Amino acid sequence: MPNVLGYAEVRDGSAGKAAREVLGAAGELAAGLGGEVHAVAFGPSGTGVAVAGLGGATKVFAGESDALAIPQPDIAAAAIARLIEGGDYGAVVFPATAGGKDIGPRVAARIGRGLATEVISAEVEGGVVTVRRPMYAGKAIATLRFTGAPALLSIRANVFAPPEAGAGGDVVALDVDEGDARVRVTAVEQGDRDQLDVGEATIVVSGGRGMQGPEHWHLLEGLVDALGDEAALGASRAVVDAGWRPHAEQVGQTGKTVSPNLYFAVGVSGAIQHLAGMRTSKVIVAINRDADAPIFNVADYGLVGDVFEVLPALTDAVRDARGGG
Amino acid sequence: MNTIVCIKRVPDSATRVKIGADGASLDPDGVKFVVNPYDEFALEEAIRRKEDAGEGTVIAISVGPSETAEAVRQALAMGADEGVLLTCDGSHDPIAVARALASEIEGRAYDLVLFGKQAIDDDNMQVPQLVAEFLGLPCATVVVGLEIDGGRATARREVEGGHEVIEFSLPAVVSTQKGLNEPRYPSLKGIMAAKKKPLEEKDIVLDDATFELVSLDLPPAPAAGRIVGEGAEAVPDLIAALREEAGVL
Repeated sequence: MPNVLGYAEVRDGSAGKAAREVLGAAGELAAGLGGEVHAVAFGPSGTGVAVAGLGGATKVFAGESDALAIPQPDIAAAAIARLIEGGDYGAVVFPATAGGKDIGPRVAARIGRGLATEVISAEVEGGVVTVRRPMYAGKAIATLRFTGAPALLSIRANVFAPPEAGAGGDVVALDVDEGDARVRVTAVEQGDRDQLDVGEATIVVSGGRGMQGPEHWHLLEGLVDALGDEAALGASRAVVDAGWRPHAEQVGQTGKTVSPNLYFAVGVSGAIQHLAGMRTSKVIVAINRDADAPIFNVADYGLVGDVFEVLPALTDAVRDARGGG
Repeated sequence: MNTIVCIKRVPDSATRVKIGADGASLDPDGVKFVVNPYDEFALEEAIRRKEDAGEGTVIAISVGPSETAEAVRQALAMGADEGVLLTCDGSHDPIAVARALASEIEGRAYDLVLFGKQAIDDDNMQVPQLVAEFLGLPCATVVVGLEIDGGRATARREVEGGHEVIEFSLPAVVSTQKGLNEPRYPSLKGIMAAKKKPLEEKDIVLDDATFELVSLDLPPAPAAGRIVGEGAEAVPDLIAALREEAGVL
């Protein structure tokens, strides 16, 4: 029976949510294909054991070396391609993270198999893998059926459930070849360590032109702080184009597409290209002075009002609600 | 410095998507097509480097239906020297498109192959890496900073919450992200000059896709929401709704 290989991404020395979600998605596919879940990971010594500890995989192929403490895309892609060619895999799952989206196509080219990126659901019927993925930044959903094995896919964050923590799989040392590196990643510069990326956060607070200027962003930062570690700031294109906020925070068709559990659109009018980037959020809250703003058409809960009056009250109320358990 | 810039013709980001009669494509009726916005960073980078160096050529290559010639002319109007259009119906499989681009690029003399980081229609973010692999070249993606010194390059690439610094030798493939530069608008002079620049059109046949596009559907309409109230007085109602109805707080 064909197995499923999951790329457990290790960043900053640890395998986090992206790796857990990949193993969860791999588990769903393996159940349909009748095989086992194998994980593959690269990092410093101890990476294999750490990934095995996430559960969900019967085997963990670990490429470990000091040099791999910084992710090296070519070395990883070449080793994954060799692993796929030497095994029996019906599907290979990557995370749709910056790293996963960089490596996935390198693997796809090496083995000559198609890759579907940003997958939001996957099914197996009679051994054939069918996936759904957004196109046009979420304005349409494509259904794709793979015509051979393995099916390669990268999964969108916050869509697939992690595996139940179980017994760790066997760690198998994976050979890596430094000679595979055509590019060398020499440094990783992390910005504000406390600030989660908008693409990965489970709660997003986005500000739009209704915030009236970058000097008012402390109000949104206050709400993010009150919402806890899983929350991050987002921004509309208008405020990024105006230079109020960095592009890394932009949500929408020329920014990031997000699907958090909870999305606050504050002073965001809801241009079609912004809606495309956030409409798959599970719960959407819109706060806007203009009751006719298009954002209210996609919001689960709307609050019409002056953001400068509402935000401090909301931040206090969130703090009380969370503090009170 | 000789640069090849691969561009794509895509629907403008303000497009309202309608599904075509085949149930598996965009209905192009009334859609305004533009050069993929991320490709403008690639074009700007190539043209600026050529201008700064005072030598070299910029060739814009695209794959798509004959209407794509308009997008290639736009690249010429910005300042590219030559255009090549590989005419075909296109494919939903990035591997097929990348193979066609790689075989066109192979054998040309170049230092850099630039792409936008992704096309805003299919959002695949794959073709730059695929082309690099097919050509056996170094590849840096989602690049917001690029320094070139002789045959060596250092790129800054955007990752979650920060950047990676990547070093590689030329020739190489680089995909560009907003922040790398500020793309120019074509000048009137540039638009006039573009009409006289060479644009070669070649009919090609793409490889078969490795997966099937079964259907394209509009996303489910959002469930009707409700206005919980007005002003700060409505905040307790909002909190109650998020905690008790939605269970997300």
